[in-house]
Amino acid sequence: MGIVTSVSVWLIPSFILIVLLVASWKKVPAYETFVEGGKEGVKMAFSLLPFLVGMIVSISILRASGAMEAFIGLIAPLLSLIGIPPDIIPLALVRPISGTAALGMTTELIQTHGPDSFIGRLASTMQGSTDTTLYILTVYFGAVGIRKMRYALKVGLLADVIGIVASIIVVRFVFG
Amino acid sequence: MVNLIWAGMAIIGIVYAMLAGTMDKVNEAIFKSSGEAVTLSIGLISVLVFWLGIMRVAEEAGILRILAKGFRPLVSRLFPEIPKDHPAMGYILSNLTANLFGLGNAATPMGIKAMEQMKQLSGTDTASRSMITFLALNTSSLTIIPTTVIAIRMQYNSVSPTEIVGTTIIATIISTTSAILIDRFYFYRSNRRGK
Repeated sequence: MGIVTSVSVWLIPSFILIVLLVASWKKVPAYETFVEGGKEGVKMAFSLLPFLVGMIVSISILRASGAMEAFIGLIAPLLSLIGIPPDIIPLALVRPISGTAALGMTTELIQTHGPDSFIGRLASTMQGSTDTTLYILTVYFGAVGIRKMRYALKVGLLADVIGIVASIIVVRFVFG
Repeated sequence: MVNLIWAGMAIIGIVYAMLAGTMDKVNEAIFKSSGEAVTLSIGLISVLVFWLGIMRVAEEAGILRILAKGFRPLVSRLFPEIPKDHPAMGYILSNLTANLFGLGNAATPMGIKAMEQMKQLSGTDTASRSMITFLALNTSSLTIIPTTVIAIRMQYNSVSPTEIVGTTIIATIISTTSAILIDRFYFYRSNRRGK
């Protein structure tokens, strides 16, 4: 753990250090260049705003209505037949659409079942091994104005399904 | 397809709320979540400004080019449409590296820059092959060290907070490899159809 966390903690400051050293060495006007690049960030954040509002509101409507829970309740018995624990199903379904909701669910699962339980380990692995497809799609394509996404969403969602199934199999195999 | 999913989620939610009597919650969610989305976007400003600034300095100093050169064999195989030494390569690499270490905050601005460069290459508002490959890599997650999850596990007194690193890496390798394969499958299929 010690090495792992210190690599993560040291990485960003070290990267900044190298960038600034090389820039100064090559006589790049570091501060002015930084400000020029930073200006883009402001514009970008504002152009992202409508994309995020649209997507997040739609997801919230679905969750607040209770439709999602009802759907989970409907398919839970079916999925537990093939060895998927019912407690993990909400997380598996939410992971691709909402990052904050998934993180909340992971925390709750770890809290209720304990971090070293089967469910706790599975939730941890699932949270780490896939990412929020819908958010990434919204942000990356939204920021640069891509309208026709072609097969991008299909690829992202299929990879999520495989990631979730893989988590279940791997955790079951490793921790029993 | 994203139009369908977007409208579909809201339509299903509202119709279900009509039948289940949860309309008050839906009503509340609409206004609360739009506020949250704005907060999220505003919160992104700090990260975007800082990282795009630093990355601009890195680009001017030639660091991105050096990065791109070092990993060229691997990455150019994944992104055959991007010319060697193109700045897009440098941004893609920075994004992938940040992702590997679980630095999502730093990864997003670099990813957006990479997309921007790829859009300049393609020059249309249609997603190019490289863009979709890049997206597939990002959505399948490349995290080797899931820092947030480890932090949560520590908070709830796990005996071994990092024991899930191994399973996460295996699951990530499987999901990322599948993402690349699925991406290739759809690319060749859409090519055959002449799209």
